[in-house]
Amino acid sequence: MSTVRSSGTAGSTGGLGARGASATLQPEPGTAIGRFLSDGWVATRRNLMKIIRVPDILVFTLLQPIMFVLLFTFVFGAAIDVPGGYTSFLMAGIFAQTVVFGSTYSGSAMAQDLKDGIIDRFRTLPMSGAAVLVGRTNGDLVINGLSMLVMMGTGFIVGWRVESSLGGFLAGVALLLLFAYAFSWLMAFLGMSVRSPEIINNVSFLVLFPLTFISNAFVPTENLPTPLRIFSEWNPVSALVQSARELFGNVPAGTPVGDAWTAQNPILTVLIGIAVLLLVFVPLSIAKFAALGKK
Amino acid sequence: MPFIEASDLVKTYTPKGAPVVRALDGLSLQVPQGTVTALLGPNGAGKTTTVKVLTTLISPDSGSAVIDGVDVLADPERVRRMIGASGQYAAVDENLTGFENLEMVGRLYHLGAKRAKQRARELIELFDLVEAQNRVVKGFSGGMRRRIDLAGALVINPPVLFLDEPTTGLDPRSRLALWDVIESLVSGGTTVLLTTQYLEEADRLADSISVIDEGRVIAEGTADELKASVGGQRVALTLVEADETEVVRGILQRYGAGEAVPSNEGKTWVVPVEDGPTALSRIVGEVTAAGIALHDAGMRRPTLDDVFLQLTGHAAEDPGEGGKGAA
Repeated sequence: MSTVRSSGTAGSTGGLGARGASATLQPEPGTAIGRFLSDGWVATRRNLMKIIRVPDILVFTLLQPIMFVLLFTFVFGAAIDVPGGYTSFLMAGIFAQTVVFGSTYSGSAMAQDLKDGIIDRFRTLPMSGAAVLVGRTNGDLVINGLSMLVMMGTGFIVGWRVESSLGGFLAGVALLLLFAYAFSWLMAFLGMSVRSPEIINNVSFLVLFPLTFISNAFVPTENLPTPLRIFSEWNPVSALVQSARELFGNVPAGTPVGDAWTAQNPILTVLIGIAVLLLVFVPLSIAKFAALGKK
Repeated sequence: MPFIEASDLVKTYTPKGAPVVRALDGLSLQVPQGTVTALLGPNGAGKTTTVKVLTTLISPDSGSAVIDGVDVLADPERVRRMIGASGQYAAVDENLTGFENLEMVGRLYHLGAKRAKQRARELIELFDLVEAQNRVVKGFSGGMRRRIDLAGALVINPPVLFLDEPTTGLDPRSRLALWDVIESLVSGGTTVLLTTQYLEEADRLADSISVIDEGRVIAEGTADELKASVGGQRVALTLVEADETEVVRGILQRYGAGEAVPSNEGKTWVVPVEDGPTALSRIVGEVTAAGIALHDAGMRRPTLDDVFLQLTGHAAEDPGEGGKGAA
């Protein structure tokens, strides 16, 4: 290890030991909203750097979606017969499952940052607390965007095609990402409520696996046992998958649709879901963050 | 008026299925402007909790805290613009480089992109981290990590610095190097509150020491005053065999100024004395005359353990333990 400069050297540069000469640095003039945006960007950038620097995240973001697309297409595709072909049916399901799981990262990362003391460092700085959460959920949005790109590329190679319009395609992608973004806020809230990051990982696995599998994501639901079929029809993941399928033009004419209101109005259901998640968990998370020191 | 003033701070925790812990039990503290005060105490004494209250991280159950006339509890936002905090609880980001960490902190103090970069460069140079500046902190040595952490606290050159156990867990060489840095820092008139488990560290860096135990300040003064309060010098003997302990005790009591305390299964004995050299030569003379073989005999100054033993009736914990979550 190299040695630290002597106090003489340090003093001569005017930074250490020279209070009289170099006064406290004052913030640049700025508005509250300007500072909030700046803080949000700095926090987002920090999380983006982490995507590049931590190999686990990159594998989770890029390789796992490729693996899922290929596995499901070739393994289930051989056994499941749906109108229009299984690949076309599957892709919206894979998209939905991947972005919902991608959102859980906000929970475990929030819990990890709390544990590591990074959050405490932020809380001694004059930054906006809400910006920490904005940065966190923005990070997930980027991760999910990358995953979507990779999955779409892989899907295209194995024969998936968007059969609607550019508008439909963009709307479908936006709906998937927006739902996941809203879900990130719920996960961020949970991340601040648990004692260790592992709890988030384990619980989200236990909850989200059934939630994404007891849905129309991977199999047609009309032949499921009645309780599962009803659950699946009311499952928000089903609405998300159905919306994406419709917007991508991946629903051939004559495909049966469930009787539940959510199954009949999938896009509206998802939009309501997004609104509810954001309206509840944005203020709740911000309040939770502000109250971190009060327990 | 003191620059930092804490009065009657009380903070309790209720761990699940355990009795209430009084982390702070009426702690009061005053730090005059431009001085260095050390909070000295074992793990769990309330050092970190005190600093967390003063750096706006936690709210006490009751009591008040004021920094340069600003009420910490009522106006934390203003306090955050004038403090720098460094230590075990306020970590740096392991996935960012040293430079990125400092630049991020500058941005979050709202210095603007240009000044944040410039200040990060200055601090990198000041802390001799130029070669390591573009490596992620994860790969830093313990000493380098503490330096980047300390640099982070200095980004705005704040009038008030909080250093929470700045050298705990470092090897002796890195500790000495870091002491140099802190010393040059405080000679410039920054008001500093630092916590430590090492009397030596407080001795070297602080103008004034507040010894705390069980959430309260139990003694205050300079290092010399504290050492004097536990009886100045001591004579320590190490015996080859622990078989004539009563004879040894008798000799030590005769020349000592207090109780002779055995340890190490009766092989090691320590007694406070008034005139060290005279007492040492007489004790060694009598012990040898009694035919008791000695491994070692010498004078030593009081240690943290002596201060604690005297002030609290119990020994300080092993200072080698980092204790990340310790209050």
